[in-house]
Amino acid sequence: MIPELGHFALILAALVSLILGTLPMIGAHTNRQAWIAVARPAATALAMLVTFSFACLTQAFVANDFSVVYVAQHSNSLLPIEYRVAGVWGGHEGSLLLWILMLTWWAFLVAVFSRELPDTMVARVLGTLGLVGFGFLLFILLTSNPFERLLPGAAEGRDLNPLLQDPGLVIHPPLLYMGYVGFSVAYAFAIAALLSGKLDAAWARWSRPWTMAAWIFLTLGIAMGSWWAYYELGWGGWWFWDPVENASFMPWLIGTALIHSLAVTEKRGSFKNWTVLLAISAFSLSLLGTFLVRSGVLTSVHAFATDPRRGIFILIFLVAVIGASLTLFAARAPKVGLGGRFGLVSRESLLLTNNVLLVVACATVLLGTLYPLLIDALGAGKISVGPPYFNAVFVPVMSPILFLMGIAPFARWKDASVADIAKAVKWALAIGVIVAIALPLVYGQWYALTALGLFFAAWIVATAILNFIERVQHTRAGRSFLATAFSQPRSFFGMHLAHIGIAVFVIGVTMVSSYQDEKDVKLAPGQSVDVAGYHFTFNGVKAVEGPNYVAAQGDFDLAVDGKFVRKMNPEKRNYHSSAMPMTEASIDAGLLRDVYVSLGEPIDRDKPEGEWAVRVYYKPFVDWIWGGCVLMSLGGLIAMLDRRYRVKARAATQLPAGTQQA
Amino acid sequence: MKRLIATLAVGLVLNASPALASSATEAALAADPVAEKRLLGLSEELRCLVCQNQNIADSNAELAQDLRREIRGMIKDGKSDKEIIDFMVTRYGDFVLYRPPVQGNTLLLWGGPVALLILGIIALVRYQRRRAERVAAEDKPLSADEASRADALLKELDNK
Repeated sequence: MIPELGHFALILAALVSLILGTLPMIGAHTNRQAWIAVARPAATALAMLVTFSFACLTQAFVANDFSVVYVAQHSNSLLPIEYRVAGVWGGHEGSLLLWILMLTWWAFLVAVFSRELPDTMVARVLGTLGLVGFGFLLFILLTSNPFERLLPGAAEGRDLNPLLQDPGLVIHPPLLYMGYVGFSVAYAFAIAALLSGKLDAAWARWSRPWTMAAWIFLTLGIAMGSWWAYYELGWGGWWFWDPVENASFMPWLIGTALIHSLAVTEKRGSFKNWTVLLAISAFSLSLLGTFLVRSGVLTSVHAFATDPRRGIFILIFLVAVIGASLTLFAARAPKVGLGGRFGLVSRESLLLTNNVLLVVACATVLLGTLYPLLIDALGAGKISVGPPYFNAVFVPVMSPILFLMGIAPFARWKDASVADIAKAVKWALAIGVIVAIALPLVYGQWYALTALGLFFAAWIVATAILNFIERVQHTRAGRSFLATAFSQPRSFFGMHLAHIGIAVFVIGVTMVSSYQDEKDVKLAPGQSVDVAGYHFTFNGVKAVEGPNYVAAQGDFDLAVDGKFVRKMNPEKRNYHSSAMPMTEASIDAGLLRDVYVSLGEPIDRDKPEGEWAVRVYYKPFVDWIWGGCVLMSLGGLIAMLDRRYRVKARAATQLPAGTQQA
Repeated sequence: MKRLIATLAVGLVLNASPALASSATEAALAADPVAEKRLLGLSEELRCLVCQNQNIADSNAELAQDLRREIRGMIKDGKSDKEIIDFMVTRYGDFVLYRPPVQGNTLLLWGGPVALLILGIIALVRYQRRRAERVAAEDKPLSADEASRADALLKELDNK
């Protein structure tokens, strides 16, 4: 009964979203207040209906209702409760429901926190979100219904994929989807602005905190996924340039460009068209990612052909969204004002360069992701495009971005002088060069790429500090340094913190790829292995039992300089429901390094008490990769909480576009 | 997350074969550290052909283990990295390479990023020039009359 209610709520939600997508839009166009007023209640109703539907599916999981096909496929009565809840999004149908849940929550939040916006604007923003929601609800109802019944019901469920039975599943998909779907709000704001013809600084100011929020979630979501892969897959990698990863990385790159472009639009009234285009692109790439992941086209172009229903639906939806948006854009863009004048060297100009480079980086990832599919579909051969390719093309594109990141904060709006900037950053340059030359030597071997990475990291941190000091000195006006420092706007703190996050990330990536060490060895109980000064002694394995698996648990002593540090217990788990053994690595995490041990296979299957294949890794600075991402998100959060977004946004409309804000 | 699923799906298929991790597979582990370093470098460039998206260094699939063993053998025989890679390509085709060779069907792949970067920079410079011209055209200096009116307005604001 409850699954039917969930299904029914979903059908109702589709109807409501259609109403939300049409009435307020038409109302805004023809200026009918009653129709415009439908937007907020409809968005609220939509969020409630989808939340109810989602709760129904969760209930089916928690209550082990195996008469629902989706539950029977993705759960099991032995599954611990937290994974039964998270199992809701452990498969195709449920993750789509999560997608739409996030979308309706975003719409609800816009409805709640938009009291200061003109009603017609709200109507158009929510209407756009309603239309997107309608498309996805239709997709779920027509091709991916999670409430479909199994008659007669199964006695036991097939179990959740053991790889997914990890706290990562509880956190990663919701974060990632919040980010992915969050760009729909930036998109809706852009469409609403195009429809109204009012692309002004006020629009940029409204849309900035929403875009930032989505970007924060996406950053955390991607980082969380990367960390999960690192500790769960058992071979110590943190990024594989896998098409699925790329699908989330592309919107991130464009979203990053969008944040910067919005800053210019808000403060200077320039780049309006470009900003709108980026907002459309960021969301289109989110949809493209959904298509790539959900259609099966990634596994093989042929997998797509065997069950094309889902793929075709998303493809049509994708084409409709992009096509309609670009048509609207083409019709409205020529009438949009240019904004203020700026010189070849200026903050605007540097931010535009940053944007172009980020777009090129994104296009490169897109090319590398789709190329093998394209070549295969054209019958021109079968090739693989993997990490060596992406690293080779990505580093040259990102390097100038990292360099410009140090300079841009010093450049004035409108017109900047190269000489002034050079004078301001010369010490940062010196520090960067010294670090680049010296630090790799301290760590052992000197490699050019290592030096380059460390140079950029030192450069970014040093310029951020210098810029901070310079700004405080300029705005002191007789106050003490500290008091002035703390009175700087939050967006300024946020920017530098996020940039330092990038530096921390770059350090992590550089150090781990330059100096990591690993050994793949065969150990009998009592034997030991050394990696990078860490001494692992293998004491054998013992059998342990989990709620729905049995495991062989390795017992290792980790020692440094002959002194015992700790026990490490990697596991090899066999889940009752799956023939596939799972690796649970044991990691000793630290600020400057992780050491990582994972259990392979027993050399002789029948003698688990004998020799085992064991991998040990030394990963210097690897946690800085995710730490950097956390700092970036934190920076974004601080910037988002800047005071100016909370003052009455209506006041902003009275400011002439292009007025400079401090 | 999808990656995890995919990896698992492939793993399931592979583990159906009972020969996985037979006693011979890991016998030659890490005898010579220099050779191991080379093996690691090489196997990061090579795709495990039966996996979803894993190189043969990371994969524990039977094929990957076989290939690692084979590469160890070739390193022992004094083969150069290029000879080993060439051998793999002859046997498995370009699909085995994670760094596709520059050739007819990969021209766009390798040339694309460079072309995009150059095009991006050209577009950027041209945009800036044309924009400056247009702004200059729109931004005619104020006439004497307009200037005095603007002054009056500003004064009025100041007095408020």
